[in-house]
Amino acid sequence: MIRIMHKILIKGNHAVVEGGIQAGCMAYYGYPITPQNEITAYMAKRMGEEGRVFIQSESEIAAINMVFGSSLTGARTMTSSSSPGISLKQEGISYMAGCELPGVIVNVQRGGPGLGNISGAQGDYFQSTRGGGHGDYRTIVLAPYSVQEMFDFTIKAFDLADKYRIPVILHTDGYLGQMYEPVLVKELKSDRKTKKDWILDGCKDRKPRMIRSLLMDEGELEEHNWKLNKLYDKIKMKEASCQTCFTEDAVVAIVSYGTSARICESAVNILRGKGIKACLIRPTTLWPFPEKTISTIAKKVKNFLVVEMSLGQMVEDVKLAVNGMSRVHFYGSPGGGIPETKVVVKKVKEIIK
Amino acid sequence: MMDKNKIYRPESLTDVQNIYCSGCGHGIIHRLVAEIIDELEIREKTIAVAPVGCAVFAYFYWNFDVTEAAHGRPPAVATGIKRILPDRVVFTYQGDGDLAAIGTAEIIHAANRGENITVVFVNNAVYGMTGGQMAPTTLIKQKTTTSPRGRNPRYSGFPIKISEALAALDGTTYIERVSVHNVKNVINAKRALKKAFKIQIEGKGFSMVEFLAMCPVGWAMSSEDSVKWIEEKMIPEYPLGVIKDA
Repeated sequence: MIRIMHKILIKGNHAVVEGGIQAGCMAYYGYPITPQNEITAYMAKRMGEEGRVFIQSESEIAAINMVFGSSLTGARTMTSSSSPGISLKQEGISYMAGCELPGVIVNVQRGGPGLGNISGAQGDYFQSTRGGGHGDYRTIVLAPYSVQEMFDFTIKAFDLADKYRIPVILHTDGYLGQMYEPVLVKELKSDRKTKKDWILDGCKDRKPRMIRSLLMDEGELEEHNWKLNKLYDKIKMKEASCQTCFTEDAVVAIVSYGTSARICESAVNILRGKGIKACLIRPTTLWPFPEKTISTIAKKVKNFLVVEMSLGQMVEDVKLAVNGMSRVHFYGSPGGGIPETKVVVKKVKEIIK
Repeated sequence: MMDKNKIYRPESLTDVQNIYCSGCGHGIIHRLVAEIIDELEIREKTIAVAPVGCAVFAYFYWNFDVTEAAHGRPPAVATGIKRILPDRVVFTYQGDGDLAAIGTAEIIHAANRGENITVVFVNNAVYGMTGGQMAPTTLIKQKTTTSPRGRNPRYSGFPIKISEALAALDGTTYIERVSVHNVKNVINAKRALKKAFKIQIEGKGFSMVEFLAMCPVGWAMSSEDSVKWIEEKMIPEYPLGVIKDA
């Protein structure tokens, strides 16, 4: 048991679990895969203690469909996995998006493609931010960069999922999952009172309801997709967020999220120490992408450096936001590699030369 | 009191024309489900999981809460519902492609966990909705669009007896195979399905009834010949009766 307003030393994966418990997650379903195994194992313990539902499912596919089932009863529910397992969940995520079912999916990314390796990586950015499964849909994607945020964003993920009836991805990686850091367990701010007048719990004193994504009537699906698009527009307006520092006088902007943003934070401090006016833009939501903030900064800052633990995925969104106003450079380390602070510093120096 | 000599519509069945072909077994099985839910007075506490396949529109025909599920996944979805709402009655309605091919992992593990749910399994030896392809339950030598020269076990394996396979699992409580090809068998099928639902209501665990059902269009036969085909071909391959009653 952990107490509110206490600071605890905790692993990133464990912080996700405590965040889920705090947010009132009533059912967790998971399947073993490294580097997220601590979530499933710690969930088995904690959900048992809380008298809530835990199942080690037979597959990732089963896990996401169990989430589908619990979600449609109105219960808060989640699953977690790492990259190859998240690929398997995409079918279920697409169905949840089509059926407008809330739920939280944690991706503790590892190297890919294929079985890849078990290091942290950021190669699933496209998968997370472009829907991931079949069909025309989006999911909200949150990107923590500390163990504190692993905790906070898990709670936020449940709130957003319920608020918009949408699957929410906690897009993190093996480094953050395995890392120990102090976490302040804040008082529960989670909004659990979202009205759920669509759930299936037996048709007592009401008309029967159905949950479906199959819309075969003429124009029915088109209408449904436009309705979803309206929701996505609303989310884009309200929920895009990022953290910035030193933007006021910057001549070069580094854009990075999650683990790689920690390295860039160090790089910006080193650069500032040398009198080089660098700033950091750290998206905390990857979808919706904080394009307005980036676009505003691009009016003043003429050089951008995007740093990712991939061959370059978010860089495309940065380019779209910058829209030709500034030059966009890239430095990436794929396959579980970690960007080096000194390389980031060197790249920035080269750019502004 | 209901007049037994009059045709009536169970409260659990909506007044909607269904899409099933003439001679199809689904309509009969839908009605049996509806009658039993009325008789057990559980309509207001039932949540059904519809499959992908011919019964994909089941939510239009039943007058209680129904969700869709991805192809083969109803047992996982039902697990997610039942674990949160253990006092509700949760059942899946699945065809042979859904349950015995793409959803094999989900049904085996839901059964093995002894999930307290009921499974209505419709075996018509063919993929109906997609136009009559070979199913895992297709009989040897049976012609389908994807076994045009008849199912050859050397290349396509054998008719899968999923009920017998599930019966071997310690997690299952009650499994019976029935048929709906004539009145006598329909009456018997209703008895079996009612028992399956009662087992769930009593909290005794996983129950499943496999229904042999006609698919005249998928089999390219008349309704009359389909009835004969069940009697002469399907039942010898899939013997009727209680497979497990633990």
